Amino acid sequence: MRHIAGVETDDDEGHGLLVRRIRNGTVIDHIDGGEALNVIKILGIVGATTEALSIATNVPSKNMGTKDIVKISNRELSKEEVDRIALIAPRATINIVRNYRVCEKQGVEIPTVIVGNVRCPNPGCITRTNEPIKSRFDVLPDGKGLRCIYCDSVITKDLTSYII
Amino acid sequence: MHIFFKKAEESATHHIISIGDFDRSAIDQLLDHAQQIGKNRFDRDALSGKILAVLFFEPSTRTRMSFESAMARLGGSSISVSSVEACSMAKGETLADTIRVVSGYADAIVIRHPKEGAARLAAEFATVPVINAGDGAGQHPSQTLLDLYTIRQSMPIEGIDVALVGDLRYGRTAHSLASALSLYGVRLHTISPPGLELPPALASHLAEKGMEIVCHSDIEEVISEVDVLYVTRIQRERFPDSTSYFNVASSYRITPELVSGAKKHLIVLHPLPRVDEIDPRFDSSPHARYFEQSKNGVPVRMAMLLDVMG
Repeated sequence: MRHIAGVETDDDEGHGLLVRRIRNGTVIDHIDGGEALNVIKILGIVGATTEALSIATNVPSKNMGTKDIVKISNRELSKEEVDRIALIAPRATINIVRNYRVCEKQGVEIPTVIVGNVRCPNPGCITRTNEPIKSRFDVLPDGKGLRCIYCDSVITKDLTSYII
Repeated sequence: MHIFFKKAEESATHHIISIGDFDRSAIDQLLDHAQQIGKNRFDRDALSGKILAVLFFEPSTRTRMSFESAMARLGGSSISVSSVEACSMAKGETLADTIRVVSGYADAIVIRHPKEGAARLAAEFATVPVINAGDGAGQHPSQTLLDLYTIRQSMPIEGIDVALVGDLRYGRTAHSLASALSLYGVRLHTISPPGLELPPALASHLAEKGMEIVCHSDIEEVISEVDVLYVTRIQRERFPDSTSYFNVASSYRITPELVSGAKKHLIVLHPLPRVDEIDPRFDSSPHARYFEQSKNGVPVRMAMLLDVMG
């Protein structure tokens, strides 16, 4: 039995409800184990927050081994935010919850291009100036990294440290 | 005929930004065209009435003058900005705005800029063709094309052994040339001081394209194997003091004695300016081709100008 809105941890061997259900908001499920805090960072939730936030990490999962789950009350993710999540949690599912019911459910796809979400690691890149452009990266095959389309710099690790 | 096309969905205007945007047949066609121009087979009024904007935000002698010379030989004229201090960017204007404005004054723009990716930005904001004449440690496609042209004058490029010597980390000419050579089944040898090796991301990108790259600790180790020795300047500012610079620079110096065991047809190239990398005594060597290489900048850049404006 699955209660995503309440996060009964879908395939996690029936250990029951780990975190309370939310009335309205977003549940991000199937995050790779240990990546939940990076997902929070991508969502821009840093430091003090007034949002009701629940995080479950390293929950046993039949399909994934372990997984993380993040629930955010009263916030529905935008497409741009979903793209950001795909960079570090390519198997994540996004559930939009309204009045305790899952109204929308979608997987994430690693996009072919990332615009504006990531800062180029090269301090000499034109995107690190006051020019009126957003950073733009081609996603390398299989999501193995990002290549800046302006200066060709490649990010293959510590991606979260470059997220704007 | 236009040899290079920017992606259609981005713009119908033709730009030359990176050698990586070319496939082998586009390079060969452009070099064939340059070869005809080099034999004086070209229309001297081909670009009559056209204006080239030459925006150089970094020092240059060869690239700038050869573009202006190329434009003049095709019957066109040039207008120029020679530094950030001499234009409205000194007042805080963005490059994007400068490019928008200059697009209204000229039929094409040649740009050199210290920031990597500046030429691609310029192409996004320009309404006329943009040619990259060097952006930071990034790309320098016109230099690469004339390097290939010079090699081709002496031997077919396919399958040869090319050694890159010097600052391979920051040297944009080396980066661009290595990328282009990967299209020709060339085996690449690299010789550089510690800390100035080919960037790992570029090396793995070339390896993914099937290029064999062999790293060496000194030139003597490889001199008898290579067909082309491509020497780049080692900049003093990369070293903590003059002593360490001279120690390194002297071990990468090309002398007549060094090439005594080289192949007969070896050619030595250098994008210039040279400082200490090549002994002046080497200038009279039959292997020395760097001044001819520099001269080749004119027909190659004529072909490029015709490609984007002709």
